[in-house]
Amino acid sequence: MTFSPALEARFEKFLAKYPADRKRSALIPMLIYAQDEVGSITDELIQELARRTGTTPMQVTEVVGFYSMLQRKPMGKYHVQICTNISCLLRGGDELWEQACKKTGLGHKQVAADGSFSLEEVECMGACSWAPAMQVNYDFYHGVTPKQLDVLLDSLAAGKKPEEIAEVKKVSC
Amino acid sequence: MADPVTMTINGREIQAAPGTLVIEAARKNGIEIPSFCYYEGYSLQAACRMCLVEVEKAPKLMVACTLPVAPGMVVHTESQKVKDARKYTLEFLLTNHPLDCPVCDKGGECELQDMVFRYGAGESRFTEEKLHVQEQQWSPVVFYDGPRCILCFRCVRACNEGMGVGALGVVNRGSVSLIAPNHGDHLECDECGQCIDICPVGALTSGTYRYQTRPWEMEHTGTICTHCSNGCKTTLGVRNDKIIRGNNRDRSGINGEFLCVKGRYAFDFYDHPERLQSPMIRVNGKLEPVSWSKALKHVAEKFSEIKARNGKFGVIGSNHTTNEENFYLQKFVRQGLGSNNIDHKRTGDVVTLIDALSGTTGTLATTADLYEGKTFLILGADLAIEQPFLSFQIRASMRHHAAKVFVVTSKEVREDAYAKKSIRKAAGSEIEALEELREALAAESDLVIVFGSSVKGEAVRKLVAFGESLGKPVKYCALVDYSNSRGAVDMGLMAELHPGYHPSETPGMTLPEMLADETLDALWVINENPLEAAGLASDKAFVVVQDLFLTETAQRADVVLPSASAYEKNGTVTNVCGEIQRLQKAVTVMGTKPDLEIIGLIAKEMGLAPAMGPWVSETVYGEIRRSVKGYDIALPLVAMAAQQTAPVNGRVNVADKSALIQGAHETLFTSGTLGRYSKVLNSVIEKRAGMSLAAQEESHV
Repeated sequence: MTFSPALEARFEKFLAKYPADRKRSALIPMLIYAQDEVGSITDELIQELARRTGTTPMQVTEVVGFYSMLQRKPMGKYHVQICTNISCLLRGGDELWEQACKKTGLGHKQVAADGSFSLEEVECMGACSWAPAMQVNYDFYHGVTPKQLDVLLDSLAAGKKPEEIAEVKKVSC
Repeated sequence: MADPVTMTINGREIQAAPGTLVIEAARKNGIEIPSFCYYEGYSLQAACRMCLVEVEKAPKLMVACTLPVAPGMVVHTESQKVKDARKYTLEFLLTNHPLDCPVCDKGGECELQDMVFRYGAGESRFTEEKLHVQEQQWSPVVFYDGPRCILCFRCVRACNEGMGVGALGVVNRGSVSLIAPNHGDHLECDECGQCIDICPVGALTSGTYRYQTRPWEMEHTGTICTHCSNGCKTTLGVRNDKIIRGNNRDRSGINGEFLCVKGRYAFDFYDHPERLQSPMIRVNGKLEPVSWSKALKHVAEKFSEIKARNGKFGVIGSNHTTNEENFYLQKFVRQGLGSNNIDHKRTGDVVTLIDALSGTTGTLATTADLYEGKTFLILGADLAIEQPFLSFQIRASMRHHAAKVFVVTSKEVREDAYAKKSIRKAAGSEIEALEELREALAAESDLVIVFGSSVKGEAVRKLVAFGESLGKPVKYCALVDYSNSRGAVDMGLMAELHPGYHPSETPGMTLPEMLADETLDALWVINENPLEAAGLASDKAFVVVQDLFLTETAQRADVVLPSASAYEKNGTVTNVCGEIQRLQKAVTVMGTKPDLEIIGLIAKEMGLAPAMGPWVSETVYGEIRRSVKGYDIALPLVAMAAQQTAPVNGRVNVADKSALIQGAHETLFTSGTLGRYSKVLNSVIEKRAGMSLAAQEESHV
């Protein structure tokens, strides 16, 4: 399996960080960046990363199964993740989640038929102070109301870039 | 070693080495701390919370399985607080675990059942629905019932660490975690069944044992596996004269609880539908069933007639029969028939090794040495595939003693993954790599060398010379292939050697010489199949075959005598390390007789019984003790535990016949004739790969 030169360079950097017999430590960042490029964690990718990190495919599968941000199937172009953990819950996370389901017609980890959106109910993303929080791909949105959510999803669907949507507070990270 | 730590458990002052875990210290002093995830010998998990104990001055209950002892520590393992905690832990473990004990295979020997019975958490306060996943079959021998799993991960560790296979893993997380097999919906592994054995509940069950019986309805017979030469003890569960399962949960024997697929499942050849259950005589070119008395009389008459006219006998003994049978056979052939033409299929160069080690003591490795040793050199053997228990021992030594492993083989082997150095050399030229390793080996404190059948003759002498030149304690093990291959050499099933490595004054014909001799008058084959690969040159030879099945050799026979397998008789066998162990009869198969009895009855029919002595294994063993050097070990000692025999300590002055040695290279899933008739061995898909694990991995990428 081959990757883009940029990703290959990144892999090399990760692998070089650890002693020769601890290459497995590089697995998680490698998986995340590989997922971005490949689209999802495919069987082929698992085999390849197992080979590169000196682990068994089973061990890679274990890691992929443990972390919810690693997807075995491709998610939508915009992967909408809404937190419903305690802080967000107290500040309306549940309503936000219900609104997202209603709006997109999707459920947890479901992908729209046209591949535009996918939805995921996630655990705490460390943005409790600005609850309710949500994430679209790698962009965070804080203190989102159901109304703002509608605007955000509509604008994204209309082809606007996230930074062009002024109504919702995007936080770069 | 540092001074022991003094601490108190349940008011008793105890001592333990620094670094000992509280759970181990307690157990060593007879105080039980229950645990599911903690398992001696494997890495720590601290997942089940069952071993919580109260430690004075600690704010909370502590997990005894990861808590090292400390001076002055005061521990309570049976206080009310601890008992309550265990009860609540059990209540949690039962949130998804179904209470289907009456239909579960594990019922009656289930650790969870025992604990719930003791702490009384049978009634749950949870009102949530239990999670359910469908039961899955992962291989012919492994079934997985997800809801029963309490996520202790013993199976995962046994597979990763114990077997070095890593076929099991955990997917998902939290209460929806599941154990998963390495190939999506099925397993491809050694099929050793260790995961099933080690499972504290009925989550992993055995394909051959499930729904057959309740554990308390079986009788248990501890005997020795009859397949490879490692000589693992297998405890056979017998019900209604049928063997239902093999395992070794009581950890008795050299192997502890280790068993490979053969020891655990491949006893099933014994009731194969094609098993011979009646003697047969060739009448008009066809084998016809006859009575035992008629068959024995026919053999005796023919043998007497050939002996009277000074005809040529050829006798081929077995790698699977007991020491008593082998000893009695060679005695009957040499003294009764007056022939030295006796041999067996040679699978390893024990003779040259013993000759080369002449004058040394304690240089033959035991199976325990393969765990206690700190450095190992493996020459010309795919250990994990051909000698599974020895390989398991070395892996354990690596985990517990940081042992260093060096490998010289012709192809990739599983040991490569953890070897300090692996060198590829063509079979037969392994010793060329020795000099390359000299520096590394010389730096270590001790060494155990195991070598396969490709290292033989002069190479063995060079190897021993190399070992001696290192100037440190070196132990050796010449690998042989079958359950009593070593015993066959010790008992003199050799054309040039009498029992105890006494050279024969008039060496007889070797196995290939017998088959190639056109003037051979009689060929007597005991549980061996020489005609599978070679022809018999003599057309007129009267062929007598004792076997379990109608093998290629038996098909050529004039008389076929159905013999009992190792699981159907008493006696002793000697494993690859020269350790003698006792077979115990588990079942009877109608119509068969043990080989010892068959040989004895032939002697009796020939009027030679008084000279040969009784064909009772204990009596024959007595004779072995008196006449075979190194075997003077009382039977009760052998019955208790394996005992290493110490063969001659002197030169074995015979011509080098190491050219006859040919490794059988049985894999985990083959075992000569026995393997051909084992349903389990033939049903696992790994068999088709032909199989080094490396080759398998490749085929899947």
